[in-house]
Amino acid sequence: MVPLVVLAAIASLLFVLPLLGLLQRTPWGDLLDIVSDEVVLDALWLSLVTSVAAAILSVVFGVPLAWVLSRYRFPGRHVLRAVVILPMVLPPVVGGAALLFALGRRGLVGEPLYDATGFLLPFSTWGVVVANTFVAMPFLVLTVEGAFSGVDRRFETAAATLGASRYTVFRRVTIPMIAPALRAGVVLAWARALGEFGATVTFAGNLQGRTQTMPLAVFVGLSSDRDAAIAISLLMVTVSLIVLVSLRDRWWPSK
Amino acid sequence: MTIGVLQSAALGVALAAIAIGCGDASADDSVAGSGEDTASGELLVFAAASLTDAFGDIEDAFEKAFPDVEVQLNLAGSSTLREQILGGAPASVFASADETRMDEVVEAELIAGIPMVFASNTLTIAVPTANPAGITSLDDFADPPVLVGACAVGVPCGDLSAAVFTAARVDPSIDTYEPDVRSLLAKIADGELDTGLVYVTDVAARADAVDEISLPPGIDIATSYPIATLLDAPNPEAAALFVEYVLSDEGRRILTDHRFGTP
Repeated sequence: MVPLVVLAAIASLLFVLPLLGLLQRTPWGDLLDIVSDEVVLDALWLSLVTSVAAAILSVVFGVPLAWVLSRYRFPGRHVLRAVVILPMVLPPVVGGAALLFALGRRGLVGEPLYDATGFLLPFSTWGVVVANTFVAMPFLVLTVEGAFSGVDRRFETAAATLGASRYTVFRRVTIPMIAPALRAGVVLAWARALGEFGATVTFAGNLQGRTQTMPLAVFVGLSSDRDAAIAISLLMVTVSLIVLVSLRDRWWPSK
Repeated sequence: MTIGVLQSAALGVALAAIAIGCGDASADDSVAGSGEDTASGELLVFAAASLTDAFGDIEDAFEKAFPDVEVQLNLAGSSTLREQILGGAPASVFASADETRMDEVVEAELIAGIPMVFASNTLTIAVPTANPAGITSLDDFADPPVLVGACAVGVPCGDLSAAVFTAARVDPSIDTYEPDVRSLLAKIADGELDTGLVYVTDVAARADAVDEISLPPGIDIATSYPIATLLDAPNPEAAALFVEYVLSDEGRRILTDHRFGTP
């Protein structure tokens, strides 16, 4: 078992060392001044709102999508699944550009929508939410679809023979059985949305208070004020760790 | 080992001779000087995003003159490049879009010798072809319904834009601060933004999709582009040759073709 532990230790170092690097460069003296700056607070608030919104949208639309992918046999199912997973492998900047070509003012759907209503997703907070959801939902779909496929169908059949409608079976039997996977999927999707940079800056732009999330503030900050960028990074790490650690028992499947 | 060095030295001389033979007369006098040096292998050049097209052409011409050198361009915002260099990136040459970013690398004592200014650039108003929002001057930038983009403050084109807005006494209503000038240009070219301030050289690069409205004299503040070799350059010989090439008449001609000003 020793080799396994050694490999695990090396794996842990890969994640712990960058964190130590960040801590070692942190301007501790000015930390409070920097993180209480209006730009940083705006970015923090926007990041929390948009990442939570993306996680919610991922559940609302992603769970049904995972269910359809898992339970229905239809032509093109495998292609659809691959397309849904695509944002996980696509460079986010490419994803952002693709969103722009689809939903931008000159986009496939965006242009008629803009001409009819004047509604514009890019350069708005909704644009950030869409970009976040685009990169985050695949994590939820993948996790939940696996769980749907693993469910013992006899429980569903039993519920149905006892008179439960298909919707009741889904709500009262299937969903509780996949709950651990659903929780994991939500956390993964939220975490991915919180850290999202490329698709957001490409699709939604970068404006304080409207579209400038924490990762964007870090990137722009790196150009002008390195200390501020490091302080914002540390703030992001702290917020993420607090959420992930506190969710561990109730949300993350663990012993 | 010794033989290898001698061989490549000989090859370098031979290549320089070929360069003299093939190049036009103007390029020779500046480039041939370092011809005895062994110039071969990979040369990593960090260049500002606004140099994308001009340095692409310079790369081609340089590789034609020195076929043993394989130029690799790392193109990004000057601030990102500075960050990478300060972080220990194995760059041999740094070409910055302003002197502030270069000075910071000089202060970190990472530059060999003194940076040389090789080009200058000015901003201009860019609009998508046909100018759908009917932009006529910088004053339109203050109109909230107009979708306006600018470079982020902290990158050279953003600092320059801020200076232009101040000089023109315009309080712009910006919808997005793009991390580099090329991403701003792409959004204007795609028609997602109505207008923005980009370099005149960028408009030249996307003349197919972007029109230009010149800034009035006095507002058209220029930025200088310095170039230097790095102290820890993995390939100092090729780096010196490349810098010389950029400063040569041939380099100057390519830069002028792309609408850069040259010293």
